[in-house]
Amino acid sequence: MMTTSTLPTDTPSVVAPKPKSAGGGLGRYLLVRFLLIFPTIFILVTLVFLLMRSIGDPITAAQGGKLPADQLQALIHAAGYDRPVIVQYFEYLGQIFTGNFGNTLSDNRPVTEVLLTYGAATLELAFYALIVAFIVGIPLGMLAAYFRDRFPDAVLRIFAILCYATPVFFAGMLLKLVFSVYLQWLPVAGRASTRTELAMQSLPNKTGIYLVDSIALGSPAAIGDVLSHAVLPGIALGLLTAGVFLRLVRTNVIGTLGTDYVDAARSRGVSEGRLVRKHAYKPALIPIITVIGLQIAILLGGAVLTETTFEWKGLGFQLAAYLAARDFVAVQGIVALLAVIVALTNFVVDVIAALIDPRVRY
Amino acid sequence: MSTTTEAVATLPPRKSGFFGRLPVLKQLRQSVGLQRGMLITGLVVTAIFVLVAIFAPLIAPYGFAQLRGPDGPFGAQQPPSPEHIMGTTVGGYDVYSRVIWGAQTAILVIIIAVIFSIFIGILLGLISGYIGGWLDRVLVVIGDAIYAFPSLLLAIVLSIVISGGQSSLWGGIFAAALSITVVYIPQYYRVIRAETIRIKAEPYVESAKMLGASTPRIMFRHVLRNATRTLPIIFTLNSSEAILTLAGLGFLGFGIEPTAAAEWGYDLNKALSDVTSGIWWTALYPGLAIVLAVLGITLVGESLNDLADPRLRGRKRVKAKSGAMSATSVDAPLPSDLDILDENATAPSSTDGLENSK
Repeated sequence: MMTTSTLPTDTPSVVAPKPKSAGGGLGRYLLVRFLLIFPTIFILVTLVFLLMRSIGDPITAAQGGKLPADQLQALIHAAGYDRPVIVQYFEYLGQIFTGNFGNTLSDNRPVTEVLLTYGAATLELAFYALIVAFIVGIPLGMLAAYFRDRFPDAVLRIFAILCYATPVFFAGMLLKLVFSVYLQWLPVAGRASTRTELAMQSLPNKTGIYLVDSIALGSPAAIGDVLSHAVLPGIALGLLTAGVFLRLVRTNVIGTLGTDYVDAARSRGVSEGRLVRKHAYKPALIPIITVIGLQIAILLGGAVLTETTFEWKGLGFQLAAYLAARDFVAVQGIVALLAVIVALTNFVVDVIAALIDPRVRY
Repeated sequence: MSTTTEAVATLPPRKSGFFGRLPVLKQLRQSVGLQRGMLITGLVVTAIFVLVAIFAPLIAPYGFAQLRGPDGPFGAQQPPSPEHIMGTTVGGYDVYSRVIWGAQTAILVIIIAVIFSIFIGILLGLISGYIGGWLDRVLVVIGDAIYAFPSLLLAIVLSIVISGGQSSLWGGIFAAALSITVVYIPQYYRVIRAETIRIKAEPYVESAKMLGASTPRIMFRHVLRNATRTLPIIFTLNSSEAILTLAGLGFLGFGIEPTAAAEWGYDLNKALSDVTSGIWWTALYPGLAIVLAVLGITLVGESLNDLADPRLRGRKRVKAKSGAMSATSVDAPLPSDLDILDENATAPSSTDGLENSK
């Protein structure tokens, strides 16, 4: 972890003016980008550790007032929280380096196990949300660009802002109210009905991703059940990102519509609609790939809220439960793990962007 | 010639200094058609939001923590009626009153959060961008790390640290505001740093240096005043994000106690179980309040953003009188337009920048 002091010297930041390096190329970019993962994780983990420890030890936070002072002291001593913070810090760093994020206080499970159990659910939710975002955001964005500054554009832009302005939990509650309570079309909460969940428990190698499991089960009823549970949470979380995509596609399509090659196509008599559909939209999608990196972070934050709204038993739901139980070891572990995930996905997204668009490699 | 048009196109006409400007009015005049409509709608909604917050004690029929009227308790989960036009919550509070009082809480949090993050963010960005070196590199990596992290999670951690989860009116407001502050500092920091690096290379900064102006003087006098042009946009967009983060914290149970202040996110959290049994009023109104407040502020921010970006600015005006744009920016050379003038090296008024340093 000492890399942090030496590393930044050769890592141009994302916001730094791009140096006009002649060569370097893809290999160097990938290496630098890969090394940048470590300071990012290191900083976040350190930040979370220092913040969480600044309010005292987690055992007092969880058990304080419930246990007599001497028992509390014994527990604190057994867990090693009475040692100097700096010692605990280095021990924590060492543990994280070996993939050990600690055990939860309330139910004494390894945080990594919690992640594996519930991470699949969150992954599934994020996947549905991204599908909704793509289906809704990209065509509507192209439409808005096509009708630029006219009435449909105005409606679509207000829609995009509404997507952003509506908290996911409020959107979720409205959807629930309309589709589950009044129309009774879709289930109120959960990831699947109890019957399907029990059936999937019997599978030999469960993935924890219900869609995959239900397909493995081979029962159309189970697949339908899983999907019907996914619709509302997927829409609630997906609309948030859909609004971002819509705005991004609109801006970029408008930008590419003014470029020379589109002008050339236009002068050949290509219709305006075809220009948007065939010529302008592909380059406009590249920024979306880069934005997905940031969206992952937003999706994870939104997942905490969506999962709480729909009792979707994923990481976010579990995090909220640990928060309520004041189990700060679990909270610290999950947050640190999420930091690792965010840093890794950002790396993957940047690599994909660099592979697609050579201009990204500086 | 080509450089002239490019400079004018990428740097739209801007307002005068930090205090004497009226940014929104300027943009209002600049806007056309749809964009003007969006800007005006946003301004009206935001104005209503602010007025409701200021006059909450006069508008709200009951207190935010009031459980009983002159004729006994309000009762829990009562549907809308003449006494309670938006019904009552599961805890027996008047929904309408809490929605009104909630505006006040939201505004207080925004003000505190935005002031803190603007000051700290600007200061860090200015120092980091102007001085550079290892400090800059370390700050950039830290800023990027925080920026990439889910802001709500960070806000949760911070609110645990600051208030241990739940607290009084000011404790809760400060906890929420400070959690939001830390999350948004990197945004101001990034923008100001990027601008500072750009401005640092401008000739007028170099001349000021030659004339012996001290580093702090150059930083605050020459760089800062020219680096703030994008601030109104970030300011508005951050305010709306602050409302959403506050609501998210409240929804997860890190809000302000109902007896200390009204907070929309908290009310929505309590309304979650109502929804399943078909009780809509406890969720709908606080939720709509959030949406409207965020919508209004975002509309203003988006419009300002579009007007600052020539690719997105309304086209009709350019079509109608194509010479008008460059005319406005040259006609009235404001101090903040200096970098345009410097690049073009046209008007004698480009010495304005040097007067400051003499």
